[in-house]
Formats: sequence, structure tokens, C-alpha cells
Amino acid sequence: MKKNKFNNLINIAFLGILTFTISSCEREISQDAELTGYPTNGDVFIDAFSGGLEYYPYQGSKQTAFSVDTETKYEGRASMRFDVPNFGDPDGAFAGAIFRDENGGRDLTGYDALTFWAKSSKAATINDIGFGQDFGENKFQVSKQGLRLTTNWVKYTIPIPMASKLTKESGLMWFAEGPEGGDGYSFWIDELKFEKLGTVAQLRPAIQNGEHIITDSFIGVNVKVAGLVQTYNLGSGIDQIIAVAPNYFQFTSSDSSVATVSESGSVEVISEGTAVITATLGDLAALGSLTINSRGYFVFPAKPTRDSSKVISIFSDYYTNTPVDFYNGYWEPYQTTLSADFNVSGDNILNYTNFNFVGIQFANPVVDATQKANLHFDLYIPGVVPSNFDFLVTIVDFGPDQASGGGDDTRKQLFVRKSASIVANAWMPIEFSLASTARGSVGQIIFENINFSTLRNIYLDNIYFYE
Amino acid sequence: MNFLNKNTFKLLGKSLATMFLVLIYSCSENETQTVTTMNNLVWEDDFNNAGSVDATKWSFDIGKGSNGWGNNELQYYTNRSENVQVKDGMLHITAFKESYLGSAYTSGRILTKEIYDQKYGRFEARIKLPWGKGLWPAFWLLGSDIDTVGWPNCGEIDVMEYVGQAPTVTHGSIHGPNYFGGDAITKSYTLLNDRFDTDFHVFGIEWGENYINYYVDDVLYNQITPSDLPEGSKWVFNDRSFFIILNLAVGGSFVGAPNSETQFPQTMIVDYVKAYK
Repeated sequence: MKKNKFNNLINIAFLGILTFTISSCEREISQDAELTGYPTNGDVFIDAFSGGLEYYPYQGSKQTAFSVDTETKYEGRASMRFDVPNFGDPDGAFAGAIFRDENGGRDLTGYDALTFWAKSSKAATINDIGFGQDFGENKFQVSKQGLRLTTNWVKYTIPIPMASKLTKESGLMWFAEGPEGGDGYSFWIDELKFEKLGTVAQLRPAIQNGEHIITDSFIGVNVKVAGLVQTYNLGSGIDQIIAVAPNYFQFTSSDSSVATVSESGSVEVISEGTAVITATLGDLAALGSLTINSRGYFVFPAKPTRDSSKVISIFSDYYTNTPVDFYNGYWEPYQTTLSADFNVSGDNILNYTNFNFVGIQFANPVVDATQKANLHFDLYIPGVVPSNFDFLVTIVDFGPDQASGGGDDTRKQLFVRKSASIVANAWMPIEFSLASTARGSVGQIIFENINFSTLRNIYLDNIYFYE
Repeated sequence: MNFLNKNTFKLLGKSLATMFLVLIYSCSENETQTVTTMNNLVWEDDFNNAGSVDATKWSFDIGKGSNGWGNNELQYYTNRSENVQVKDGMLHITAFKESYLGSAYTSGRILTKEIYDQKYGRFEARIKLPWGKGLWPAFWLLGSDIDTVGWPNCGEIDVMEYVGQAPTVTHGSIHGPNYFGGDAITKSYTLLNDRFDTDFHVFGIEWGENYINYYVDDVLYNQITPSDLPEGSKWVFNDRSFFIILNLAVGGSFVGAPNSETQFPQTMIVDYVKAYK
């Protein structure tokens, strides 16, 4: 009994006890005391909440999405049941939660994976499921994205990238899942636990999803190393890719006088030159790299001077922006454009890479530009202007229904043609009149390469309508 | 050390020799099992001399074979050091994805044919296996009279076969007249909480008159005897010597082709091969 009590106390009072022991040096720590600070219990939910486990649904999620089901279960007495809401459910748009250990965390260093059995009411794909999210720093977050469920019980494995990091992990499971095609459904998870499988192997960590990314940048720019993943070969012989938090990696800059990189993978450009960011995870070199070509000091676009009362801003740090649904719709399947937005000394810049076309949407609410019959944006082309440069801006008015589609949308095409004033490495203010354009319910601006223009990389700033 | 638990015994085939049935009935959790009995070492290669394989012990099979060595295998076997090399005290047989003399892959296959063969005995190798879809390494024996009586009349004893897409499973088989190819007498053994591609494991057989015992590490997992054969089939393992083969095949009917996830190069690393009587 004495030993058990000590183990319970040790979570809270470990430091205190240690301090006491040190300050009264003559005494040695009792043999009953175990210096393993946190419980090594790997069980999360077998037939009930394991000791210390609590359910915390996300804000905006359906709070009642989770229940304990004693009817449907893989084994034992009960399973975890999750009811994903239908689209439009007033109680919440999605199901999502963290399951956290409230006793300060568990020592999971002896395990190599989180495993569970799961099934669903219909074949479905969970957006995100993993562990390491604690509503704190989420330092060691792991996510399996797109976990495919079937209507039969199947055992799933989410490997731990580096177990030695998990000495006091309180984020024991988290997930987020929305309706599928507008419809909700249910899924069940049972026998949720951390295990030492011994069959998770052939680890292949990567940054930038394993690609060698080269990016132009400037002094003062902060960018995050992205695409942090780890690929495993499971005992089944199947490769599994999981998204892992930066804290599992160790990042290195080839020239820290040009760019430094922090523990969390945040890159800061500090001078002109080239720096290559690479990483390791444990003893393994991560595939992929991020090359920063710093062009020196960033040239800011001219500060907008129009009175804010005469402006409806879509993207600017000088005005208050109207609510924007997205700055990149990632429209499948033809869009190749990626976003590499950055911030220089507090000025946010939209950066579209691998550009072919991209849409910005602001439909909630749409913009009434009746009194603001002009469009302004600042365009910057890093590198060189391609000889076949041809750039189209399309203003989409959603019409009376104020929604995309519905047969009442109108589009206005505005052309930015190649000319002597289109230059690289300088901000170009672009102005268009929308006098003859339907603009009472503007919902989208689309930027597009036309006539096979090979422009691939652009910066945009200060996109707004004005009187 | 030579410990076999009850669960493993439950997996054993239905027609074990009486000797083993007795063992089962007397088995308790802590009982040791005798895995090997033949301890007189008569032939070995420890792969201690860096460079090419010892020509006094091994020869090469080279090329694409007939119909991909009878299995629609995709590799071209070479004797290049890239594919077969002894280094760091180990034999490395490495498969590459490369265009080579009409094949999309290269790899290696070495054998003791006409150099060393043996009837009965214990054949053992310590191997770390490759991984990934379409990799098919093997440690196996063929009857030395294959060129006169042909296959499968000569007999084949597969000590270890493994497919890269099932990294926890090894297969032990025999082939002979009326029981070959897909109808071979075979049994699979699955490692618990471990894999064959992350560390070395010992694969062996002990072969005597009318029996072949299969073991992995310290676990005896199967015995094949004439009573396992289809009715009227001939046991071809009492009347001839067998030679040793080590190879790493890519693709083929048994394993399927590699896919986009298969990482190359892949290496089968052999610490030693030993024959005892």
C-alpha cells in the first residue's frame, strides 16, 4: 500500500520530494521509492476509460459525438462510439476531440505504436486520428491522415516516431472527422492502447514530404519547414505514412548566418545568400530539404494610402479584411498551385508556388462592391518574367442567390498582358475598373495563367476593392 | 534456451512422428525442446574474407534462366561485386532496380553444385532478410542428380523462403514428384513481435531418414515425413545428396512484382552457412 501511495503522489510531488531529499542529504531515498515518474500504463480504452483519461471535444464540434457503447464492441464489455454529424447539424459541424490523461501524463517510452480495432457504419475515411495532442504545446503530436474504415472490425496501427520522447505524454488519442458527402455516420474504436509490437520497422522520416524544395526568400522572412512525415513498414508488410510534429526532428541549417532554424522547424532568414535546411529523426537522416535563396532585404509594396472607409479589403495588413473563406481553394483536379505564404516584419504576403490558377473566396458574406468600382492588388514576380507571360484575373459575382453556382453567377475577365511595365523583382500595383461589372455579390477572385504562360511563382499583397 | 511454448506446438502438423507426439504430451511451459541433434560440423562458410565469394565453396548462376528460372522471376543474376560481395564478415546479395541485358533488375544466386553436397544432416544459415513487395530471398537445397533426373524428381528442400511483403513470415517446404510448385509440402512460421528484416535469424533443417525438421532460431516449427506426401507419392530424400543455394529473386509467380513502394537496392545479408552431420 505504501508503494502505491507513493506512485500516486509522485506525479505531483516528485520535484518536491527530490528537493527535500537533496536538502536533507544524509537521508537516502527509500527503497520503496521508484524514480520512474510517470505511469507506464499503455491502456487508453479497453472496456472503459483508463485511469486519468478525460474526454475533451473540440470547440465547434458536436459535443455529444462520443459515447460508450456496450452493444457494439470488438471485445469485452464496451467500445468507444463516435457519431459524426450530418452536414448542417445545429449541434456541431464535425466530431473531434482529444482524450487526455489528467494525471500529468504517461511514460510511453516502452511502446512503439498506438493500436486499436475499429469499424464504421459505412465505409468511411477519418480525416485525422492520432495521439500527442494535449491542448498545450502538442509537442509530440502524431496523425494518421485519411484512415480508411470498413464495416468490419480491423486492427489499426499508428506508430510512435521516437518513443524516447514520450516520457510524460498526456495526449493519448485525438481525432477529427466531418460528414462524408454531407452525411454523418458512426464509427467504433475498441481495445485502444499503446503496444510494443516489435513489427513496426524500416522508418523513413522526411521533411517537405521528401522533396527538395527551393524557395526564394528575404531577410526577415519566417517560414516553417513543412511536410513532416514518417513512413513505416508495418508487420503486415504495408507502408504507413503519418504526419509528425516538428519536435521529433532535429533541424540543421547549412549556413546559419543566412538562415537559422528553431527546434520547432521555424526558419528565420537573416542575410542574403543560400542556406539548406535538413533534418534528422533519431539516427536517421530525413529525406527532403528546404533550400532558402535569400535575395537580401525584402522590398515592401507601397503602403496603401486610400481611406479605409472607401475600401473593402480582401488581403492587406493595412485594412481590416472582410471575412475570407480561403486564399487557396486547392481546386481539384487541375489546380497545381500551392501556397507558401510568408510574413516579413509583420507584413503578410500571399505566395503562390507551382502556379497555374488559384481562387480566393469570400462568400460568407459576399462582397457588395457596388460603391467600390475598382480593384487593386500588388503583384511581385520573383526571378524572371517568363517570355510567354499572360495573366488573367476573374471577378466572380455570385448573383442574387449569393452562392456559387445556381445559374445566376457572372464572371468578369481582366487581363494583365506582357508589357514593358511587367518586371521581375519589383512590386507592380495593378488597378482595374469594375464599372461595367456585376459587383453586388462578389464571391471570388481567380488568378490564372493563360495561353500556356509558364509563370510559376508570384507574391500578392493589398488586394482590395475601392471607390 | 531451446524453448518452445505450447502455442507453437499447437501449430504443428497433424502427422508428426511419434517421438514428437510424446514430446507434446509431456510439454510444460518450462520444458526445453531439443531443436538440433547433429553437431558435427562438416562444411561451412563464415564469409570472413572480403571480396568475391570463395570459389572453392561456391559457383554462380548467371543470367535470366529459362522462364525466369522457372518462376517468371524478373532479375538478371550476375557475378558482379555490386550483386554478390563478402564484406564486414558477411555475404551480401543485393538486388538493384536497373536495366541490365534485357532485365529490369539485377541480383545474385550462388550455389555449391558440384562443389559440395551431402545426404542427410543439418543445414543452417544466419540471415538478415530484405523487405518490400516483390523481394523473394531463399536458402534452399536441390538434389545433386538434377541434371540427369530433372526437377522435381531430384527433390528440393526449401529451408527458408520469404516474401518481402510479409516481413514476419518464413516458409519451409519440400518439392518432389507429384508434390511441387503450388502443391509443395510447406509450412509457414510467423515471428511474434519481431520481423526477419530488422535483425539476423537462424534458419535450419535437420534431415535424416524419412524426416526433415524445420527450425527458426530456437523454435522447431515443423517436421515433414513421408506420411505428409499425397498418397502414392515418392519420398526422394533418402537416396541422394543435395547441394546448397542462396539467392535473392525479384518478382516471380510466388511473390508478385515489386511495386512503387518497394525500395531498392535491397540486400540479403548472410552471416554464415553451415552443414553438420
